[in-house]
Amino acid sequence: MGKIKTLIIQKSLKLDCGKIIKDFPIAYETYGKLNKKKSNAILVFHALTGDQFVSGINPITKKDGWWSFAVGPNKAIDTNKFFVICANVIGGCMGSYGPNCKDANTNEALGINFPVITINDMVNAQYNLLEFFDIEKLFSVIGGSMGGMQVLQFASNFPNKVKTVIPIACTSNHSAQNIAFNELGRQAITADNYWNNGDYYTNTNHPNKGLAVARMAAHITYLSKKGLQKKFGRKLQQRDDLKFGFDADFQIESYLRYQGSVFVDRFDANSYLYITRAMDYFDLTKQFDGNLSKAFLNTKAKFFVISFTSDWLYPTQENKEIVFALNSIGVDVGFVEIDSDKGHDSFLLDVPDFLNALRNFLEKSIN
Amino acid sequence: MKQEFNVIANNIENATRVLDVGCGDGVLMEYLKNEKNVDVRGLEISKDKVQKCILKGLTVIEGNAEVDLKQFPDNSFDYVVLSQTLQAFINPELVVKELLRVGKKSIITIPNFGFWKVRLHLLIKGTMPVTKTLPEEWYNTPNLHMCTIKDFVEFSNKINFKIFKSIAIFEKKISLINKKNLFTKNLFSEFGIFLIEK
Repeated sequence: MGKIKTLIIQKSLKLDCGKIIKDFPIAYETYGKLNKKKSNAILVFHALTGDQFVSGINPITKKDGWWSFAVGPNKAIDTNKFFVICANVIGGCMGSYGPNCKDANTNEALGINFPVITINDMVNAQYNLLEFFDIEKLFSVIGGSMGGMQVLQFASNFPNKVKTVIPIACTSNHSAQNIAFNELGRQAITADNYWNNGDYYTNTNHPNKGLAVARMAAHITYLSKKGLQKKFGRKLQQRDDLKFGFDADFQIESYLRYQGSVFVDRFDANSYLYITRAMDYFDLTKQFDGNLSKAFLNTKAKFFVISFTSDWLYPTQENKEIVFALNSIGVDVGFVEIDSDKGHDSFLLDVPDFLNALRNFLEKSIN
Repeated sequence: MKQEFNVIANNIENATRVLDVGCGDGVLMEYLKNEKNVDVRGLEISKDKVQKCILKGLTVIEGNAEVDLKQFPDNSFDYVVLSQTLQAFINPELVVKELLRVGKKSIITIPNFGFWKVRLHLLIKGTMPVTKTLPEEWYNTPNLHMCTIKDFVEFSNKINFKIFKSIAIFEKKISLINKKNLFTKNLFSEFGIFLIEK
């Protein structure tokens, strides 16, 4: 595990559930160089199944980092100019404090004894990285989907600690539809007998079937109908005709099965339960008595909100609500909706209009 | 265009908040930023033009003025500028009311349909006018509600807002419009610029 950089947070952190944690690990990765003034740092927040390996080759999975389209030398988030930090969220399974960590007393994995965490807890835990790197003010906080929720929470919690704020394809509160899809995933996991009430780490079998189904269902929500139709249509999978059975006749079936099977190799089922719960609990509007504007009253940061036309999971309207809340208190906010048929996943893909907007906003914000 | 921007900039005070509705690719915003010490924001419906504004480092919100002006609180800007866009709205009356709600003052520029060349085109040729300032054909023009300088003055009386300054532009010449010269200004001006308030 020498490939994972870890910071042990000695300070205690009071979680929203009431529990206090301390001496817990935050796994992180950095790209580029921090300049002398320490003014070029960008904290990137990852989405549900992401990790700290934003760019380059992920040393664990040996695949490209999850945001290699956007982050790297000469990319939209140019690591020749910026020092990019990304940490694995608490609750995650890539080295940060999560359900697969061992209980110090029993030396067994925490499983469902891990506390229920929130987006607020994730952000407060990661804030320690600023102190670790001795950064007074971040140049930017950027993230899509759940990463965007963390961006909003960070800007609200630490208004003086960031110059520019870029929430992408996200929401200020998880909708009933979002919660419903997450619940579907959780039910799939807990219905798998191998889940064993969260206690499976020392068993030969893990709840891989349940986790794969959760991933398959979620994956559909990340794509658009048009995108799916364009890519797969009714194309058959390595066969000339229907087989009148339940094997993967269609390419889309095969594709989803593949997505499910590769996911279980890199992700922990309990982490999936905890992180989706954190997303469901996210309601920044409620945190401020039903008035989202109040979340940003003290901010001096410049915001840039980005949504995608075909994203039905975090639709433009929900992103616009963030823009409206910021405008109603006169915050400097820009907004663009990017044309793309790639659905919610657009922010992770090579969508030139999106990447150009991101690059241009960042570059023009350096003064 | 240069003259119009000049007039707009000259009528905006320093250290104020300005919203440019239908800001296009941000030329006016950029001009105002350079000429005046103002905090300027734009609202633009075209995705391509929004991208151009971002490239210029301007704060722009993608949106449709007919529905998205509602996000701005009352009197949240000192000036709301509407440069040659009024005629393109489905409901110009509603937009003007919104401009005056959001802005303490508003500056509206219109291409003048009462300009003699426009009148002559229709009179002589008998076809819808196509001129330097109105370059589209009737079937592909975004301009749904063309009006004249005189129309705009009458409009202000009907929906009850105050025009506190009217300026006419003809080629490079800038002049003030008043009650006495309204007939001639309406005939000899390419553009009218109106500074209005509630």
